Amino acid sequence: MFSPSDDPGPSFVEVISRILPEKSALPRLISGPETVSYNSGSLISVPHGTTIAAVRYADGVIMAGDRRATEGNFIAHRRIEKVFAADRHSAVAIAGAAGPAVEMVKLFQVQLEHYEKVEGSVLSLEGKANQLSQMIRANLPMAMQGLAVVPLFAGWDILRRKGRIFTYDITGGRYEEVDYHATGSGGRDAKATIKLGYRDQLDEASAVKLLISALLEASEEDSATGGPDPVRGIYPVIATVSEPGFKRVTDEEIAELTQQVLAEKADRGVAQ
Amino acid sequence: MTMPFYVAPEQVMKDRADYARKGIARGRALIGTVYQGGVLLCAENPSKSLHKISEIYDRIAFAGVGKYNEFDQLRVAGVRHADTKGYAYSRDDVDARSLANIYAQYLGQVFTHEMKPMEVEILVAELAPLTQVGGLYHILYDGTVMDESNFSVIGGDSETISERFSSTFKKDWSLKEALRASVAALAGPERKIPVSELEAAVLSESNGRRAFSRLGQTQLDELLA
Repeated sequence: MFSPSDDPGPSFVEVISRILPEKSALPRLISGPETVSYNSGSLISVPHGTTIAAVRYADGVIMAGDRRATEGNFIAHRRIEKVFAADRHSAVAIAGAAGPAVEMVKLFQVQLEHYEKVEGSVLSLEGKANQLSQMIRANLPMAMQGLAVVPLFAGWDILRRKGRIFTYDITGGRYEEVDYHATGSGGRDAKATIKLGYRDQLDEASAVKLLISALLEASEEDSATGGPDPVRGIYPVIATVSEPGFKRVTDEEIAELTQQVLAEKADRGVAQ
Repeated sequence: MTMPFYVAPEQVMKDRADYARKGIARGRALIGTVYQGGVLLCAENPSKSLHKISEIYDRIAFAGVGKYNEFDQLRVAGVRHADTKGYAYSRDDVDARSLANIYAQYLGQVFTHEMKPMEVEILVAELAPLTQVGGLYHILYDGTVMDESNFSVIGGDSETISERFSSTFKKDWSLKEALRASVAALAGPERKIPVSELEAAVLSESNGRRAFSRLGQTQLDELLA
């Protein structure tokens, strides 16, 4: 119980930093930047997540992420997930060092829900985007040591009634994209693919297909991005955020659409 | 130095209890009841924005009567406790019993050590995990805790309302039946409470992870029609 003069307000990060300031398991996301030696070449091997993308479509936004995590030149995991529901009306996808990224998402989810419960109202989409920005900024010292987290944030703006996409740099800089964006090691290839296939007001199936082919192209050029794996039934994680809320596209639908994308590609004739 | 007059501890406690009870008795009552697949919390509340019933965690809800600023402070503390625990351990480890104990400790502490007791009575409701018994924890201004598995009435005139309600209570009734009985018990035989002055919320299995949802005007109209 805090006295009214030092009440932490609706911020969960603030609450937890007062209650457990010394808890070592908590990342620096909470305590904020501190001075560290900027040794960007340090070679600790941690799993990294790779290509993530988001596209606006007729009803909102769609986000996708491949399933591979790498440690140096090893494949660390085949089925890690990089797209998460941040709350009912927003989604966050992560690229970069998997450990701090997943922790950041977890904290971000609690932060949004905590605000909603304490205040009795939901943060605006812009408010959510700014919260994430602050967490990335707090992670800067870790980023300088090679543990960068670069998420992609998208959601349905209840006030403006449209889907919006936000991108970040490692310093917490926040930029709004108009129609689409992709980031991570295969981000360039994914973005180029989306750019060529993008049209205004895409329907859901076409937008999902566009993202599937973007991740497919990225996986062909970037060793750290995993392609679809029909043998094990591993497909990208794809989710839509629209007025009714966050919804994951089922694996069956994605498998089906992946088949279509591959068939169309074969029909066109594959460039060597 | 002036010496304070001697007052017997029995008298001090009695005065404080009377003071708290008077404050609570001024407010309107609230009913929490278990129904098939959920828990219903229903109160008479003319305000649309100052809630008596709120969400604490995935399967836990809070209801308070008495002084608004005091039970709201408890509500926020509960949200903080639950979110911190769920973040540090796991969402599955957050339970109503532990929260009820914390409230009881705090209210007991304030009752014996502070100038003025808190003029509140609260209810912590939990939607039972499939295998266990959930239910309601009823906590008084002095930190007394009671757990109820069927229903609980808090606030002004709670004894009369409780009697009325218990005569209609049925185990495993539907939300519709539970809500109608709650509203009837709150109103009493001579009065009718307009729907606009009702505040109701449920913890329902059908809501997914966050079981809490408020019953809006239209839903109330439908259920009470």
